[in-house]
Amino acid sequence: MQHESEIREPLILGSKTYHQITEDIVKPIEGKATKYWYMLLTVSVLCFLWGIWCLSYTIGEGIGVWGSNNGVDWAWDITNFVWWIGIGHAGTLISAVLLLFRQKWRMAINRAAEAMTIFAVMCAAIFVLLHTGRPWLDYWLFPLPNQFGSLWVNFNSPLMWDVFAVSTYFSVSLVFWYTGLVPDFAMIRDRAVKPVAKKAYSILSFGWGGSARHWSRFEEVSLVLAGISTPLVFSVHSIVSTDFATAVIPGWHTTIFPPYFVAGAVFSGFAMVLTLLIILRKVYHLENYITIKHIEYMNIVIIVTGSIVGVAYLTELFMSWYSGVEYEQYAFLNRATGPYWWAYACMMTCNVVSPQLFWFKKLRTSLTFTFIMSIIVNIGMWFERFVIIVPTLCRTYLPSSWNMYHPSFVDIGIYTGTIGMFFTFFLLFTRYFPVIAQAELKSILKSAGQEFKEKAAHGHSHDDGHH
Amino acid sequence: MSTVAIHAIYDDEEPLMATAKELRSKGIKVKDVFSPFPIHGIDGVIGVPRTRLAICAFIYGITGLLLITWMMWYMMVYDWPTDVGGKPSFAYYMNVPAFIPITFEATVLCAAHGMVITYYLRCWMLPGVKAKNPDPRTTDDKFLMVIETKEENKNNIEALLKNGGATEISYK
Repeated sequence: MQHESEIREPLILGSKTYHQITEDIVKPIEGKATKYWYMLLTVSVLCFLWGIWCLSYTIGEGIGVWGSNNGVDWAWDITNFVWWIGIGHAGTLISAVLLLFRQKWRMAINRAAEAMTIFAVMCAAIFVLLHTGRPWLDYWLFPLPNQFGSLWVNFNSPLMWDVFAVSTYFSVSLVFWYTGLVPDFAMIRDRAVKPVAKKAYSILSFGWGGSARHWSRFEEVSLVLAGISTPLVFSVHSIVSTDFATAVIPGWHTTIFPPYFVAGAVFSGFAMVLTLLIILRKVYHLENYITIKHIEYMNIVIIVTGSIVGVAYLTELFMSWYSGVEYEQYAFLNRATGPYWWAYACMMTCNVVSPQLFWFKKLRTSLTFTFIMSIIVNIGMWFERFVIIVPTLCRTYLPSSWNMYHPSFVDIGIYTGTIGMFFTFFLLFTRYFPVIAQAELKSILKSAGQEFKEKAAHGHSHDDGHH
Repeated sequence: MSTVAIHAIYDDEEPLMATAKELRSKGIKVKDVFSPFPIHGIDGVIGVPRTRLAICAFIYGITGLLLITWMMWYMMVYDWPTDVGGKPSFAYYMNVPAFIPITFEATVLCAAHGMVITYYLRCWMLPGVKAKNPDPRTTDDKFLMVIETKEENKNNIEALLKNGGATEISYK
């Protein structure tokens, strides 16, 4: 058994046994849903339905119903796409990068974070599929001969890279998540009493039995998937950033974009994980598993990535001045002092100034403060994408085509709809899926559980060394 | 004489591990162990060979890389070369920087899915397959060891298992 230093804070609080962990994780699945769950689900489904209506309206009428216009041809669609896909990045970072770094605290949060990734990428996909204008022809994005003649898609185009990156990212995240879920589904199957639940979890668990051979393969699959998901997650947002960076629009044509986008993605993703988990731990009584220490670790990631984003903003400003290109200089002057100065100010405050407050231990271990901050960060990151897209496009090279952008109710409706869809799926996930990777958690109970740690510390001071 | 399968249940992984080591030192083979989570170090003790799934993933990845390289060469250079934005596709090597992102994505796609499909098939885990654990409690908090032995060794092994801390012993 692995030993962990006594001075490390326990990751599982209270006196838990393997069986107690099982009980705590299945309680929300086997019990009845609360009134709040139904209330939240109703609100989410209504938003989702409104979004579906707006989406259908867009398909029926064309994207003229959006606020996008001749100058500002990318607006909320791509803002929301980048925002959602960025949020997704935290899930993969937690489950893959933290696995490679052997960070045990990931085990309490990886399942919910990966679910978040999958739902967020689905929301993002809606915008890219819709913004093509004729979504029924979206299969043209795949390498088929163009209009079934002989002309192929252009593999030199970053938009094409995006198709491959996002679809690979989504499908790999999905199988990674599912492979981890299988042993937990088996646990629910083995204790289910209702025939329908028994049957359903029996199908979902693929007949998992937990034999030593299967665990050995399971761990190998997890490790290799983590190893290849790590460069994958960095590649996805880098490629998303090249949608902008390879364009010759001032303010977009910069080499800092890939690392800056990746840091921003992790930053906003961790904020979303915090928003979800702070509620989840409270509602499902998981305070012993998702502890204040977990929240603190995540807040530390927020300081780091938030500071990287801050440095990137300053670098951009410096480079625009240092380049000596007047178009480049104007693009940034326009962002900060032009008609959309308020969006820029909001972005700077939310993303650069506010995360620095987490340097205070009191603040980064406060649940209320963290919850408020997590929402502020996501508002800030939405504005970051908005600032990159709209203020830039509303004043490009030709002053005669300068114009303002105003979102239509359809823009707002589809965005609200994706938030509704995200929460609908997440609520269903928390109701029917094990929200914590209980098999993984059981494997660290003896090294990182509070009771076991205290016993070990006690044993060391009084024992004569025999164990 | 006929063979018999002994199923010994433990409440914890440490006594199971100790017993497995003792059985091995006596030359008795443990057929399998079922546990709620991976027991690190058990593979060597009960003789589970190192899985070759990572090698499979590598081969799938290389296959993906070759396929996508061929595909992009065929579509962009051979079949219908296009000149988009003054960037003609005369030869594969000239365009290769622009092809790297998709080459990488396709490699990951094939490696990941190939490996996961192989994993499910190798373990024979598919929707509708019957649960493989002999006792449903092994996904909760019990650890089960399966030993196949000749009828005549039964009593010796049983005593050994009991001494090792097995809480239940049954024969199948």
